[in-house]
Amino acid sequence: MSVAHPRADASQSRRAVARALPLAPATLLLLVFLAGPIVWSVYGAFTNTALSGAGAANSHFIGLDNFHKAFDSSAFRNSVVLTLVFTFLSAIVGQNLVGLCLALLMRAGSKVVRTLVGAFVVGAWVIPEVVAGYIWYAFLGKDGSLNAFFDSVGLGHQALLFSHPIVAVSIANIWRGTAFSMLVYSAALSEVPRELEEAAEVDGASGARRLWSVTLPLIRRSVTTNLMLITLQTLSVFGLIYTMTKGGPGTKSQTLPLYMYEQAFSFGQLGYGTALALVMLVVGAVFSLVYLRVLKTEI
Amino acid sequence: MATTMSRPVTAAAAPRSRTMHARSRAQKAVVNLVLLLIGAMFVVPLLWVLLASVNADAGLSVSWPGHPSLDNFKAVLDEETTFRPMRNGLLLCGSAAVLTLVASTLAAYPLSRYDTRYRKPFLLTILFSTGLPITAIMVPVYGLFVQINLVDTRIGTVLFLATTGLPFGIWLMKNFMDGVPVSLEEAAWTDGASSLQALRFVVLPLMWPGLAVVAIFTFIGMWGNFFVPFVLLLSPDKLPASVSIYTFFSQYGQVAYGQLAAYSLIYALPVVLLYLLLSRKLGGAFTLGGAVKG
Repeated sequence: MSVAHPRADASQSRRAVARALPLAPATLLLLVFLAGPIVWSVYGAFTNTALSGAGAANSHFIGLDNFHKAFDSSAFRNSVVLTLVFTFLSAIVGQNLVGLCLALLMRAGSKVVRTLVGAFVVGAWVIPEVVAGYIWYAFLGKDGSLNAFFDSVGLGHQALLFSHPIVAVSIANIWRGTAFSMLVYSAALSEVPRELEEAAEVDGASGARRLWSVTLPLIRRSVTTNLMLITLQTLSVFGLIYTMTKGGPGTKSQTLPLYMYEQAFSFGQLGYGTALALVMLVVGAVFSLVYLRVLKTEI
Repeated sequence: MATTMSRPVTAAAAPRSRTMHARSRAQKAVVNLVLLLIGAMFVVPLLWVLLASVNADAGLSVSWPGHPSLDNFKAVLDEETTFRPMRNGLLLCGSAAVLTLVASTLAAYPLSRYDTRYRKPFLLTILFSTGLPITAIMVPVYGLFVQINLVDTRIGTVLFLATTGLPFGIWLMKNFMDGVPVSLEEAAWTDGASSLQALRFVVLPLMWPGLAVVAIFTFIGMWGNFFVPFVLLLSPDKLPASVSIYTFFSQYGQVAYGQLAAYSLIYALPVVLLYLLLSRKLGGAFTLGGAVKG
């Protein structure tokens, strides 16, 4: 027994290594290209690294200056507010509610209509974001289809891209992202036993009441998961806004990712841009932790 | 006897069920109408791209082409505008998707099969990273790439793209792999197969629909990704279609909208086809819905 022990230990640890080996390629990639940049951003955010000028030749530690600069800057505060508006309008209200409505309606609709509408909604989701950006630029622009329609019915021009660009990009994002919520809710609703809803109907509960007191509580976890995922996705939308408005006119649709891009790459302030990235990462990490708590029991 | 007994009951029930039937039919009609209305809102913006692509003098608004022609397609179908960016995109996204697929299959195997100490922390970290905004990582990644001389290299872009696909890829793959019973591998193990052989010859053939789902979704995600190649690649001859379509638009003072629409369609076509393939063969995106329902 005492002789066999070390040998068993050795073979056991060899087996443990052999079993962990397939994890190596993925772990290596994740460490170098995901963990690496995150760690670098924690350091870089406290330096004055720049693509040109003094910060390029001699970057050094400047403490919390980048963060002071950010929180003192009205452009930064503007971008945070716009990010919140964009996320609230397009994800939490738009995609979430339209997706839920579609999933609910589809259960009651006929098969042909269901397939057709599903294809349209998913079609908008599959299309690359730059193309989606052009489509909405063309639809909402000054000479776009919507204005042509408004003109023809005598409503006059509504230059949404100029007057309310953040609303315009939110509408485009609802169009593009609703399919995801619809799919998540359809999957969740397909597992709700019909008998429970029918029992409530027999008891005389109205449609809205049944939805609120029976159906929604049953898909509660899917609602949380969906809200979390679409919030995170919307937080980092870049291409759609960049193609539609480039953050403009002025800074009226410059969300945090666009402000970060401008500071880091157009103005070459990598250190400052990294500090902004860190702010975004922290916000994302907080949402991610909540998401983790929701799913934790399943692992 | 039985028929005479039941007759009064059916006679009384018939009108009631008929009105209920009529009501539910009316209800269904209303539901269908609302659905179609929402569907129309989703499809109308697409009309511009479809109509402008065959309209030689297309503007920004939807207009019926007077003389539909394929001139716009002919104009953009050349090496510089279409073929090279599409080839670049295929090369970048194809290699990155293969890399993601291989690395996540390998990683999913021990996570699905063995109950080790690192399993739970690893999975939690993976799940946590699926939530991190990749957009935010682009600035530090650029900083890192400058340090190690990877800016404007295909290999660097492929490696980073592959990494962005990994967290979700591993997570999906592990869930699909959990669906293959372990008992099947035990037979292979008794025959002396190593665990990687068991994975290759027993597990993977049984979960190919899962593999296809992960592969196609990874590729679609990368094909549409604009920000990563936009930041990491500089030379015009390396840019994939997602970025070149953007420069195509901003290069010209006078935008040829018809050509832009035609090029948009060409660029979007591969992912639309892949998606159709996916939903045909594998029962639709509900496979994905099942994986994220929580």
